[in-house]
Amino acid sequence: MDWIALWLSVRLAASTTLVLLAIGIPIAHWLVFSPRRWKVLVEAVVALPLVLPPTVLGFYVLMAIGPFSPVGRAYVRLVGHGLPFTFEGLLIASVLYSLPFAVQPFAAEFASVDRRLIEASWTLGVSRLATFWRVVIPLSVRGLVTGIVLSFAHTLGEFGVVLMVGGNLPGVTRTVSISIYDSVQSLDYAAASRTSLLLLIVSFVILVSTYSLQRTVWIKPRH
Amino acid sequence: MDQAAPLAPGPDGSVLQMEVQQRFPSGFIVCASLDVRLRAGSMLVLFGPSGAGKTTILRQIAGLERPDAGTIRFGEDVWCDTGARRWRHPQERRVGIVFQEPTLFPHLTVRDNIRYGVRPGSDPGVRHPSDPVAEIAGLLGITDLENRYPRALSGGEAQRVALARALTPGPRLLLLDEPFAALDAPTRVRLRRELRALLQATGTPAVLVTHDRTEALALGDAVAVVIGGRIRQVGPISDVFSRPADVDVAASLGIEAVLPARVVASANGMLDVRVENVVLHVAEREPLEPGSDVYACIRAEDVTLETDPAGKASTRNHLAARIVGIASEGPIDRIALDCGFPLDALITRRSREELQLKVGTQVTAAIKATSVHLVPRV
Repeated sequence: MDWIALWLSVRLAASTTLVLLAIGIPIAHWLVFSPRRWKVLVEAVVALPLVLPPTVLGFYVLMAIGPFSPVGRAYVRLVGHGLPFTFEGLLIASVLYSLPFAVQPFAAEFASVDRRLIEASWTLGVSRLATFWRVVIPLSVRGLVTGIVLSFAHTLGEFGVVLMVGGNLPGVTRTVSISIYDSVQSLDYAAASRTSLLLLIVSFVILVSTYSLQRTVWIKPRH
Repeated sequence: MDQAAPLAPGPDGSVLQMEVQQRFPSGFIVCASLDVRLRAGSMLVLFGPSGAGKTTILRQIAGLERPDAGTIRFGEDVWCDTGARRWRHPQERRVGIVFQEPTLFPHLTVRDNIRYGVRPGSDPGVRHPSDPVAEIAGLLGITDLENRYPRALSGGEAQRVALARALTPGPRLLLLDEPFAALDAPTRVRLRRELRALLQATGTPAVLVTHDRTEALALGDAVAVVIGGRIRQVGPISDVFSRPADVDVAASLGIEAVLPARVVASANGMLDVRVENVVLHVAEREPLEPGSDVYACIRAEDVTLETDPAGKASTRNHLAARIVGIASEGPIDRIALDCGFPLDALITRRSREELQLKVGTQVTAAIKATSVHLVPRV
């Protein structure tokens, strides 16, 4: 078993989830509560990773953070090395790749909060931002947990994007799914099967817990 | 009863003035114009059929709906003036709102719901210096519920908590959107009474949206009739109900005389009710204490006219009346009477001709004791 790759994947998934929690909540909030018509464009952009081949997404991310883009050059000047084939580069790609898995459950849950609760809060003198934290977030805990779990699980299993942006550097960008691919390539089926089984079990447990969480919603609908 | 008081200019209370227009994507246009003085503890009723735009007007007052054009003023404050690009957010207006469905925060206990709008170190304008939560919870009899969550409350309890939540920060104006419509009848009657007591105890003026006639009569001091997105008539409640401005208003109010009255005696299932200086005998449908203020409602078709006062009949009420007006409505004539209070009678043109009735004729108006409907004021 490639424990180094597994540990890297867990670190990547955890970091990605944290970043998604931080940026996914404001994006979902904006998508739900903004009166702008062109927010459908943003909605579509957020959902793109669901339909794009990971290689396409990976290619564009590579271009965007590579030495030929202003962003990539600025990063080199700032830090001293480039983003591609580093953990940070991988993190950026993973965040984009898993964005819909966080934003969509967040937004769905925000939108399901009774509008009149929000309005009641406003008339009670509580600002929009404070209302969001005191009413919308507490009533969206299930959607937040769903988004977090799905982001984590999705990042754990990503392959194409990692290969494009991160390559295959042990301990730096060689995640568990790439490790499995390597094992198969070198005909080490025993190692591949062990790691695959572990990933299968972890993913299954995560999904079971997510769905059972949602099931309580089906049984006891909120008023 | 001091019916005209809420509209009369006085030292207390504030004038609510609005002149707004708002167009909805459906094509529906709300075009409201209102200028009413709201005295402390008094209530203005926005009355009208469903879909007339009452709720929209209430939401405009709250700042939850933004008019396309116009102004809204309350007392000294300009809440909305599209010309001067002035807009006060709902947070700045200090209004309390109660919706038809209880909309308590489900993740907070009753106590935290009631406290929700109270700022730590709140401003000196708040009327309750000691403990507003305890005071209002006590008035509403919900002190025992404080540790419960909203899902463990009955409909009536939930609306009591919603009222307490809206009133605790000391709003300048309370807005009520059919707050009792979803409750069963006995609870509704009890809550009306509690609401009235609460408004008077806190001195808060209120605007109530309702399509329920009984509710308008029971609670309202003034009424604004809303039809088709417009405010068609505003005035003290008995004036508007007795003298609707036009046919549409009359149709939405129900064609009935609505007379301020007081129960003066009660015996053997019969009530004596005084209207102005006339006493009517009324069959008792629900127990009413002598001294209770009521509205006596009499339909014009239930009033019969006699020219021979000696005639014997089962009718309990025989009132000396003078005809002050006759209006023809097809084969039916509407006779306006002065019998110590204004009253209309509907009779056929044939009867009118046979009895030789004309303006100035002295007649007897007969009303059965079962034809007078009483709506108690709370």
